[in-house]
Amino acid sequence: MSNNNASSNLVVAQRAVKQLRLEASLRRIKVSTAAADLKNFCLQNAQKDPLLMGVPSSDNPFRPPKSCTLF
Amino acid sequence: MGEMEELRKEAENLKDQITEARKVVQDATLPEVAAGTAVVGRVQLKTRKTLRGHLAKIYAMHWGADTKLCVSASQDGKLIVWDTLTTNKVNAIPLKSSWVMTCAYAPSGNLVACGGLDNMCSIYNLKGKDGNVKVMRELAAHTGYLSCCRFLSDSEIITSSGDCTCVLWDIETGTQKTIFAGHMGDCMSLAVSPDFKTFISGACDFTAKLWDIREATCRQTFSGHESDINAIGFFPNGNAVITGSDDATCKLYDLRADQELITYQDSSIMCGVTSLAPSLSGRLLLAGYDDFNVNIWDTLKGERVGVLAGHDNRVSCIGVSSDGMACCTGSWDSFLKIWN
Repeated sequence: MSNNNASSNLVVAQRAVKQLRLEASLRRIKVSTAAADLKNFCLQNAQKDPLLMGVPSSDNPFRPPKSCTLF
Repeated sequence: MGEMEELRKEAENLKDQITEARKVVQDATLPEVAAGTAVVGRVQLKTRKTLRGHLAKIYAMHWGADTKLCVSASQDGKLIVWDTLTTNKVNAIPLKSSWVMTCAYAPSGNLVACGGLDNMCSIYNLKGKDGNVKVMRELAAHTGYLSCCRFLSDSEIITSSGDCTCVLWDIETGTQKTIFAGHMGDCMSLAVSPDFKTFISGACDFTAKLWDIREATCRQTFSGHESDINAIGFFPNGNAVITGSDDATCKLYDLRADQELITYQDSSIMCGVTSLAPSLSGRLLLAGYDDFNVNIWDTLKGERVGVLAGHDNRVSCIGVSSDGMACCTGSWDSFLKIWN
């Protein structure tokens, strides 16, 4: 009983160490580069972002343009 | 006993190594890099449509790839496919189990999926020959509730569960292709990368993990949150991950720098984040909270730039359509709202 618990704890610990070794071996880029890339992506796509730029009612599929009828 | 102690020490050493390696590349902060960028200014979105029809709390919604249809799941035991332009119900699918917690629309538009406390992911064919929507598959193997599901295609779907694992399923055969184990708490949410090669999961162990779908490995783990992560999404270019937590904050983690770049928080916000979605360019982050509101954040500067107030109960789910034209919120007040 206690042998089973001990060996399964060991397996869990071995797996955890194996995973940590994998994550530690990652090649990381500088935050300044990463941040600049995110910023540039935002700026390059800003004009195409309807929620950011606002949608004129004529182009808004969720808002049919109001029409004015004169009798 | 000796070996356990050695393993414990090695684990601690490796964790310290990772912390050090992250510090080494920390030569700037995101707000610093974005300092010269123009501010966003107040974002004011209006409710354009209200989707009425569910009779109980809405737990999940997902936009179809066509940007007009969406599917929602409610504990009234129904999945409803809506035409968001007309507010008509295209399909109202009765579920075997009303305890639904998640739903998903396949990119093809042919299938929808849902699941919850029944521990299963049920796949429905919307385009059946006789016009009736029927259960196509019931994916059963999880030993805990289904918290989230996302289709890779009509033949593969990924699920996250309260049993602490995520699973890649073969829909055709109904079998598990890969089990992604590693989280030490209930998996609450998942998101697939824009290139479909990786996915991220957020869990009650306060961490987010990046998984390689084909290699079946966990590549990276992100910590920092002080409570359960309820919501997770990719930044639109696939290079960063955004998480929302019960600790009342959202965080952005960059995948290539392997660390948190910014936290979206305000001392006046003290309730949990339930859901989140970035806008098309990634500049805006829309996040749903337990206090019935959606807060809109400037992702680069970390400032709150807008609020969507319109629901009379918790906002449980949120999504931005793939053309970025509208945001849909779902709430425990039984309504969905379309905003832009």
